[in-house]
Amino acid sequence: MKTIRIIDVTLRDGMHAVSHQLTPEQMAQIAVGLDKAGVGTIEVGHGDGLGGSSLQYGFARATDKEYLAATSKSVKNAKIDVLLIPGIGTIEDLEEAMEYGIKTVRVATHVTEADVGAQHIDFAKKHGLEAIGFLMMSHMAPPEKIAEQAKLFESYGADVVYVTDSAGAMVPKEVKARITAVREAISLPIGFHAHNNLGLAVGNTLAAIEAGATVVDGTVRGLGAGAGNTQLEVLVAVLKRLGYETGIDLYSIMDVGEQLVDPILQRPQIISNAALAIGYAGAYGSFLLHAQRAAEKFGVDARDILIEMGRRKTVGGQEDLIIDVAIDLANAKQSRN
Amino acid sequence: MGKKLRSAILGPGNIGIDLMIKLLRSSYHEVVLVSGIDPQSEGLKIAKSKGIATSIEGINGVLAVADLDICFDATGARTHLQHAPLLKEARVFAVDLTPAAVGPYVVPSVNLEQNLGTTMNVNLITCGGQATVPIVHAISRIVPVSYAEIVATISSRSAGPGTRANIDEFTETTRNALVAVGGAEKAKAIIILNPADPPVLMRNTIYAKCDTSKIDDIVKSVNGIVALVQQYVPGYRLKVAPYADGERVVAMVEVVGAGDYLPTYSGNLDIITSAAVAVGERYAQYKEKVVP
Repeated sequence: MKTIRIIDVTLRDGMHAVSHQLTPEQMAQIAVGLDKAGVGTIEVGHGDGLGGSSLQYGFARATDKEYLAATSKSVKNAKIDVLLIPGIGTIEDLEEAMEYGIKTVRVATHVTEADVGAQHIDFAKKHGLEAIGFLMMSHMAPPEKIAEQAKLFESYGADVVYVTDSAGAMVPKEVKARITAVREAISLPIGFHAHNNLGLAVGNTLAAIEAGATVVDGTVRGLGAGAGNTQLEVLVAVLKRLGYETGIDLYSIMDVGEQLVDPILQRPQIISNAALAIGYAGAYGSFLLHAQRAAEKFGVDARDILIEMGRRKTVGGQEDLIIDVAIDLANAKQSRN
Repeated sequence: MGKKLRSAILGPGNIGIDLMIKLLRSSYHEVVLVSGIDPQSEGLKIAKSKGIATSIEGINGVLAVADLDICFDATGARTHLQHAPLLKEARVFAVDLTPAAVGPYVVPSVNLEQNLGTTMNVNLITCGGQATVPIVHAISRIVPVSYAEIVATISSRSAGPGTRANIDEFTETTRNALVAVGGAEKAKAIIILNPADPPVLMRNTIYAKCDTSKIDDIVKSVNGIVALVQQYVPGYRLKVAPYADGERVVAMVEVVGAGDYLPTYSGNLDIITSAAVAVGERYAQYKEKVVP
């Protein structure tokens, strides 16, 4: 039976859906549930990773350290991992996280900028961590470019390279082409991270697995930026049907959803109009709530903001441009009236 | 005006060569050497084509120049840590364009005067620092700023290998300067590289947590400092004037480059190389007065 490794990101990407407001206690409870269900790797922290707590992305309820302390002492078998986006988080932040026994760091860069992660991958490997290169917004680059960037991560010493559909903008054919190109370029395990803005998270994840990915992300109840991520309990069921082993017990992971995640949802995790606009325009998933707030403040349509963000070829992290775009749209609207 | 400063540039990358072109226009500087370590360097070829002496001996090439007054180090943070004591020993004024921060942070529109005559090494923070520290300073001279945060977005094409390999130093040094020079109590800096084509202009968003009831005074103060920065960086402009948003003030600045080495989207080069020229010219005036 073929094995698929699942990395749960409910407690990291899922933070976007609750404006980073989970308490360390809530995180610890969910981490215990995930651990008991058989999840092997659990990513925790602010939605934008280490150092993400900010005016730009929203302050988290607690600090990176508090989340790591609460979760790391609660789990028995699962490994805790963190996300580090160079430019936002630093090696200093990673060193602090290492005090809580994290085993894995995912170094996330825009799909064409892997080289800004070289020093972080190198540091992680020198300190005995598993290092994963995470190529965000992969829909914005053609397969051969992604293969080139994956090779860079391999050359820095990464253990796994991810193709990440941060905008939930890809269709299965595009996922397959990218995973295939990376598989042919490097000899490391390949990962895939989906978003559900076009309703394709589970389908794209399957397409990635068929093309050779062996590590995939999911979140309980699909909690995540934009329309959310691949719904983990659904993915576990689907993979079981197809004869893959994930190590995760289906009923237990369903129970985590009903008993621990449902009660903390601030809004239903659905494909809202704005989330669909993100997938359609190829904009970064976590722009969703920021665009909705700016739309309200400046009296414009959130969809127009998101479409314009896509048109301007914005990358992950450019939440500040949302304000700029909203002001431009409001001015244009005023001059039409 | 007296003798020109005998000036050397260390590090012929994007920043070093943009600076070279600006120094060649300056009436205060005579560029006597551009030094690197890679014989294949594109920058060294450009320097040669302008008739400037070059070296591939790095810092040793610089130290071999007789009677050198000033050295602009545009290498990297780690290498400047090695260069700084050597330049000090050779009594050469060092303008550090890396995030190494051996000497005090200097932003010409904010604190250049107080650092003349007290040190032989000044640090120019980062491009993001040069663009945003003046704004935070302009706010904090009106109301206390309990927290400042900046986001610098630059085009991928204008971020050379030095910037990329020093991205942590970039965020840490910028953060520290927002406190030390900008006057914020606490700070954070974020940098984003955007590969869009055509390339995006360098843009910076500044958030400051403060008493926003004095927004009118803040706007005046910011306009004042923007005019000062424009004296040495003509392409510096307010994209979004400061506005109050709850307990924070938000402002955005854009930098259109002069197009000296890389095209105009590379305002991130201009803002730090123009600051370097401003420091060099002021040092020349100071030196002439003090050591006639």
